[in-house]
Amino acid sequence: MSATTEIVFMLNGAERRVGVPSTMSTLEMLRDMLGFTGTKYGCGEGECGACTILVDGASVNSCLMFAVDCAGRQVTTIEGLANDPCARVVQDSFVKHGAVQCGFCTPGMVVQSVHLLATHPHPDELSAQRAIEGNICRCTGYKKIVDAIVDAGCAVGDRS
Amino acid sequence: MSEVLQSTAPSTLIGQRIPKLDAPDKAAGRTRYVHDIQLPGQLYGAILRSERVHARILRIDTSKARALPGVSAVITAADIPDQRPIGVVKDNLPLKTDRVRSLRDEIAAVAAESEELARHALTLIEVEYEDLSAVTDAADSLLPGAMLIHPPIAGAKSGDPVGLAGRDDNIAMRFDYVHGDVGQGEAESDVIVEDTFYLHYVTHCCMGVSGVIAEFDAKGNLLLYSNTQVPFLHKREFAEYLHIDPSRVRIIQPPIGGGFGSKLDIYPFEVICVYLARATGRPVRMVYTREEEFMASPTRQPVRLTLRSGCKKDGTLTFRSVHTLHDNGAYTSWGATTPVVMMQAFASLYRLPHCEYHTVAVYSNNPYAGSFRGYGNLQATFAIESHMEKMAAAIGMDPLAFRLKNAHVKGEETGQGNIFRSCGFQDCLKIAAERSDFLHKWREYTGKQKEPGRFKRGVGLAAMLHVGGGAKIYQSDGCGTIIKIDDFGHVTLITGASEIGQGSETVLAQLVCEELGLPISAVSVVNNDTEITPWDVGVHASRTTFVAGNSAIGAARKAKDKILEAAAPRFACAPEDLDMKGGGIVRKATGEMLTNLPRFIRSLHFAQQSDLVITTNYYEPPSVHFDKGYKGDISAAYSWAAQVVEVEVDLDTGAVRLVKVTGAHDVGRVLNRLGLEGQIEGGVVMGQGYALTEDLQVEGGKIRNPNFRDYKLVTAPEVPQMDISFVESMDGEGPQGAKGVGEAPAISMAAAIANAIENATGVRITSLPFTPERVYRALHGALPELPTTPKVAA
Repeated sequence: MSATTEIVFMLNGAERRVGVPSTMSTLEMLRDMLGFTGTKYGCGEGECGACTILVDGASVNSCLMFAVDCAGRQVTTIEGLANDPCARVVQDSFVKHGAVQCGFCTPGMVVQSVHLLATHPHPDELSAQRAIEGNICRCTGYKKIVDAIVDAGCAVGDRS
Repeated sequence: MSEVLQSTAPSTLIGQRIPKLDAPDKAAGRTRYVHDIQLPGQLYGAILRSERVHARILRIDTSKARALPGVSAVITAADIPDQRPIGVVKDNLPLKTDRVRSLRDEIAAVAAESEELARHALTLIEVEYEDLSAVTDAADSLLPGAMLIHPPIAGAKSGDPVGLAGRDDNIAMRFDYVHGDVGQGEAESDVIVEDTFYLHYVTHCCMGVSGVIAEFDAKGNLLLYSNTQVPFLHKREFAEYLHIDPSRVRIIQPPIGGGFGSKLDIYPFEVICVYLARATGRPVRMVYTREEEFMASPTRQPVRLTLRSGCKKDGTLTFRSVHTLHDNGAYTSWGATTPVVMMQAFASLYRLPHCEYHTVAVYSNNPYAGSFRGYGNLQATFAIESHMEKMAAAIGMDPLAFRLKNAHVKGEETGQGNIFRSCGFQDCLKIAAERSDFLHKWREYTGKQKEPGRFKRGVGLAAMLHVGGGAKIYQSDGCGTIIKIDDFGHVTLITGASEIGQGSETVLAQLVCEELGLPISAVSVVNNDTEITPWDVGVHASRTTFVAGNSAIGAARKAKDKILEAAAPRFACAPEDLDMKGGGIVRKATGEMLTNLPRFIRSLHFAQQSDLVITTNYYEPPSVHFDKGYKGDISAAYSWAAQVVEVEVDLDTGAVRLVKVTGAHDVGRVLNRLGLEGQIEGGVVMGQGYALTEDLQVEGGKIRNPNFRDYKLVTAPEVPQMDISFVESMDGEGPQGAKGVGEAPAISMAAAIANAIENATGVRITSLPFTPERVYRALHGALPELPTTPKVAA
C-alpha cells in the first residue's frame, strides 16, 4: 500500500481533486475510485484497448498510464462523450451497423473512433482498420465496426 | 436459393436489419457487467493457485494472511468439510485437499476489503509441496504404469464419483461409434487415404474476464450474479453443493462480456466465491485478471486424430474410420464430450455407408478443456475436409464435383439417424464456388505452383454440418416463455434464453412483434433472473433462435388468440375474421382498423369480468436422445455451410495471408439480417484465428503465453474480404423457417485454409496452427511426421 499523491485534473469537463497511490493506474482510479465503469479492464497491459480514454484529446490505454500523470490534464471517458455531437454520431452508427455484440470492447472502440474522426474526419476502410488495430473484439470480426466508423465519418463530415 | 420465398408483406419484420436492443447502452458505456457491480459491504475474493504441475500438498500455512488487516476470510479445503466434487463426472474438488494436478488448481482463497489487498494476502500464504512425476502428453497417459492422475482413494463407497473414489487408469471418457461395416467399405474402395492430424490448444479470450458475485440473505438463500450460459442447471448444481433446496438459489445474469461456450460448466472459482460469501456473511465479488483468465479458464479440446477414408473411382464415398485421442487435462469438463459432436461430422457430413469412430479422453496434468463454439466440429471437419481434397485428387475429380457427388439432399437419413427435413447443402456448395470463381481459380493456381515467384495464391473449399434445431443432450432441450401485455399495449417478453451478446433477445422480440403486429419498440425482454424467467436448458448448440424462438412464437400466438377471441363478439364476427396489425386489431379481409391494442387491453382489464393478457408457452423440439450407440435424430433441424477461402502464401517467410472468404450458409430463413451477418463474420474471424494465429502454448503443463502479446488474436487489419450468402431452405419446424447458426461459421475455416495452402504450394499440412514457422518448415519438408493415434482397447 503506497503513499498517496493529491492531483487535480479535468475529468469529463469537471475539475476533480483526488488522492491516488503512486502505483495506481488511471484505469483503476477511474473504475474503482471514481466509479466510471464505462471504461473496461480487458488485459491491464495495453494489448486490448478496452480501457481506451482520451487524454488532452489523444487516445490512451488508461491501464498503462499512472493516475498521478493525469495531473493538470483533460481526461475524457466514454461517459464524458454523452453530449459530444461527434461521439453521438459514432455511437448511433455502431448501433445501426451492428458493430456491438457482447459490447465489452465497445466503449474503447467508440473512444478510439472519436479520436480518429477528430484527426481524420473522412477515414476510409483501411485507415479505420489501422485506427482500431490496438482494440481487440472477439465477437464481431471487426467488419461491422469498420463499416460503422467509415459511415460515421461521412455523417460527421456532412455536418461540418 | 433452394426454395425461393414468396415475398412477404412489406410490413414484416422478418429478414430486416434490426439493431440489437442492448446496443445503445453498450455503445454509451452504460451497461453494467459483473465487473462493474458494487454491492454495499462487498468484499473482494482471490484464489491462490498451485505453483506445481503435479504435487502432494504437505502443508498450508494461512496464518500470516489471516492476520493481515482488511482480510475477512482465508479458506482452504480444511475449512470446508462439506465440499463436494464438481464437473461433468464430479472429479474436481473446488479447493484441493492433498494433491494438485495442474497449475490452475485452487489451494486457498481470500476475501478482503479490496482486490489489491486480497491479492497481497495470497502472497502471504505458505504452501509446502512434494512434487510428483507429471503426465503432460496424452499418449504417455495411456502407457502401462503411467502415473495416475486420480488414483483410487481408499475407503471410497461404491458409486462414488471420480473425485471421491479415483480411478485405476487415466481414462476420463470413451466413445465408440459404428454404422455399417467398415471392412466391407474398405473392400469396395478404389482409393484409401490415411493421415494423422494434430489439433492444438486455443482458448475463448472473452473480452470480459470471468467473474461472479455471491451473496447470502439472512435466511441463507443464495443470490449469485453469474455469467453462466446455463442458469437453470447452475441453480440446481449450487443447491447440491450447498446442501440446500434449489428454490433457495437465485441467479441473476448481468450482461456478459463474451461466452462462446466458456460458461457452460460450473467452475471452482464460482463455488469458492460462494464459500467466501458464506464464511464472511458479506457479498463477495471475484474477478479474474487476464493472466488468470488464460491460466485458469477452459480451452478448446486438443485432439490427435487418425483418419482413414475411402472412395470409389466414380467418387462415391465408401467408408471412414477414425481414432482420436483427447487430452482431457486434470479434470473433466465438457471438452471430454466433444466426440459426440465430432461423430456427427464423421458419420453424416457426407453420404457415407460405413463409419466407425473410437476415442478416449485421457487425464493428464495439463489445463482442462471445456466447451467452445463448434464443440469438436472444428477438429473433426479439419480432418474430414482435408481428406475430401486428397481423395478427389487421387481419383482425378475436382473438389467441388467430388463433394457434390456425396452431399446430402433434403429428405435423406444418415447412418447415424439424422434426418434432413430441410437441406440446402448442395446449394451452399454451388453458391460458394460460383461466387468465388472457385473452379477457375483452383485450376489456375494449381498450374502456377511450380512457377517462380515469392508469393503464391491458393483457393480452398470446405463444408460443414452442425445441429441447427437444438440438441437433445439433457433430459429436456426446451425453453419456456411468458408474455405479458400491459394496459399500454407494451409487451414484456420473459424468456428462459440467455443473451450472451449474440443477439437472442432482439431476434426473440422480433418474432413476437411479428406475431402481434407490433413494432420492435413495443417489446422489452426480461431474460436474466431465474426468480422470474421460466426454465431453459442454456445457451449452447446454436439452439436459442430455434428453441427459444419457437417458444416465444407459441406464447405470442396464445396471447393473440386470447385477444382475438375476446374481440370477436364486440365486432360481431369470428376470431378467425380478425388479425393484429399495425398496433391494433384489424378486420382480416379488409384491413380495417377496429381498435388500437392499448385501448382494447384496458377494456379487458377494467371489464366486469376482468382479465389480463399473460400467456405462457413451453417448447420442446421434436428431437430424440441418442441410443446407446449414439444414434438418433438428435436435433430438430440441421444447418449447412460451405466456405471458399483465398490465401496468399509467402514462400520466403511461410506467412499466410487470408485474402477473401466466400461463404454460403443454409440458415433456414434469414430473421435478423444484421445479427445474422454479425454471427457469421465474427465466426469466420474466430475460425481464422484458430487456423492461423492462435496457439495456447502448453509445455510441461505450463502455459507459456498467458497474455494478448504472445497469444495472437486476429486484429482489424488482418480481416479478410467477406462475401456471405444465405440459403433459405425454410425449415418446417424452425421459427419462421429459421435454423441455428451461431457456431457454423467458425467450423470449416481451418480446413478451407489448409486446402488453399495446398492449392497454392502443393504442400498439405495436417497440424495447426498455420504459423509462418510451421508453414515454412512444411514447405521445406522439415515438419516431423505425426505418429499414428494410439488405439485403446475397449
